[in-house]
Amino acid sequence: MLNAIIQGILLGGLVVLFACGLSLLFGVMGVINLAHGDIAVAAAYVAVAIVPVLHIPAIWIFAIVVPLFMVAGYIVQRLLIQPSLNSGPLTTLLVTFGLSVIIENLLLEIFSANSHSLAIGSLASSAFKLSSQISIAYLSLLILVVSIVVVAGVQLGLYRTRTGRIIRAVADDREAAELIGADYRHIFGIAAGLAFGTVALAGLSLAMYSQVDPSSGPDYLIFGFEAVVIGGLGSLWGTFAGGIVLGIATTIGLFLSANFGALAPHIVFLLVLALRPQGFFPKKVAV
Amino acid sequence: MGRRPNMAEVVAAEPALSNQILEVEGLCAHHGQLLALDGVSFTVGEGSVFAVIGANGAGKSTLMRSIAGLHRPSEGRVIFDGTDITRLSTPQRVELGISLVPEGRRLFASLSVEENLLTGTYIRRSGHWTIERVYEMFPWMWQRKNQRSSLLSGGEQQTVAISRALLANPRLLLIDELSLGLAPIVVRSIYGSLSKIMEGGLTVLIVEQDVNQALSVAAKFQCMLEGRTTLSGKPAEFTPEEIEAAYFGLNSTSSIHGKD
Repeated sequence: MLNAIIQGILLGGLVVLFACGLSLLFGVMGVINLAHGDIAVAAAYVAVAIVPVLHIPAIWIFAIVVPLFMVAGYIVQRLLIQPSLNSGPLTTLLVTFGLSVIIENLLLEIFSANSHSLAIGSLASSAFKLSSQISIAYLSLLILVVSIVVVAGVQLGLYRTRTGRIIRAVADDREAAELIGADYRHIFGIAAGLAFGTVALAGLSLAMYSQVDPSSGPDYLIFGFEAVVIGGLGSLWGTFAGGIVLGIATTIGLFLSANFGALAPHIVFLLVLALRPQGFFPKKVAV
Repeated sequence: MGRRPNMAEVVAAEPALSNQILEVEGLCAHHGQLLALDGVSFTVGEGSVFAVIGANGAGKSTLMRSIAGLHRPSEGRVIFDGTDITRLSTPQRVELGISLVPEGRRLFASLSVEENLLTGTYIRRSGHWTIERVYEMFPWMWQRKNQRSSLLSGGEQQTVAISRALLANPRLLLIDELSLGLAPIVVRSIYGSLSKIMEGGLTVLIVEQDVNQALSVAAKFQCMLEGRTTLSGKPAEFTPEEIEAAYFGLNSTSSIHGKD
């Protein structure tokens, strides 16, 4: 049981990486990005495609793919999402849904439906023993640490830097932000760049941790979405807690029954939605 | 513009004494089908206070928003220091030196007092105003700088909102409904600090429903009704009755008595 909880926390790190960008985009722009999971998968495929070409160790791929997706995030925001923002939330949902379908089918077309993973050598399988029953995989631990660093980094950036301050100001009141000279579309682009960067990180981690195939994006989207809702909309540390809760639910479910593992997190999500629909750490709304 | 029927333009056409920092020419603006501004023209001299008065729905806020770039006028031009800025975005206008304190203050609710002030420095226009100068002028702000702005009183919020706009070091400061929802004593205190605020040669354009307060500080004013200018000039040129008639849209000044 203890082992299940520890493994759950480790798995939660991956969920957090998925959910972080989702939470950010919702918190800043009020946009629910239905293509979020597919963007992670796309990042994994980009890595799969360029590793054999560049002949570099897989770990270096982060330094290429993450910045690439940050730029892509800025561009997608300015060219696709921004024009839809003025037409209401439904339009934005449809646009990101369309993006999701396009990414999935492009990946199918280019890479076929076979699943892929990123080979990272011994790191993928090595672990250390905490006790006779509990062993911790280095990769899982690394992903958890990265997720903590990402959430803490984004949080610090939002609260300690000039750009972060403006991002929060824009989230509060777009028009008032324009009046102090901030082009909110540019700020939204930066937020989207951050979101795409973090989800690319999630996609790469996933491809190292297990396998990805072109149609797996929506599954991760659901996990990320559930983590955001459990934690409370718009709160990054809430999202972090939500991700860990989902991870633990999964491994405890697996511990109870092999079939229950896939279902347990969704049941936890439904319970939270029924009993505490605002989530555990909802963003305080100031009036 | 081609048509010049109303008296506002006749007044505005008087010889300018000083440099005109703002010229509004035949501005028309719509809210959907509704015509909110119907050919408004006026000029504002640099370093002065100009007041726009008028009842609810007269188009005052639309006028301010059009000058700040938040509302696209359907006709007419806005000229700032000789440059046509009608097509510029709001952030571009801020960079040129136009800041608007919006109606209802609109502080960033989840940001602290100090963070709100710091957002004003976003464009990094250099000039007289620094955060230290603001704290010097309003020491209470320094004491409460870590408080959430939403916990401040209305008057305090208005002062922070004005300071935030000042930190962009504008040449033209627009204040929309300065006294809205504020106690008279607070309003007087804010008006009291106006002269100090303008020391660096700032021009102020104020929209007010509190006519007496606005006219006591304004060098020139204009009164608006239903999107048109009904009266404009120097406050001393008109009797209170004439101003009242223009404010309420009455043709005969003799028909009103003893109203404020």
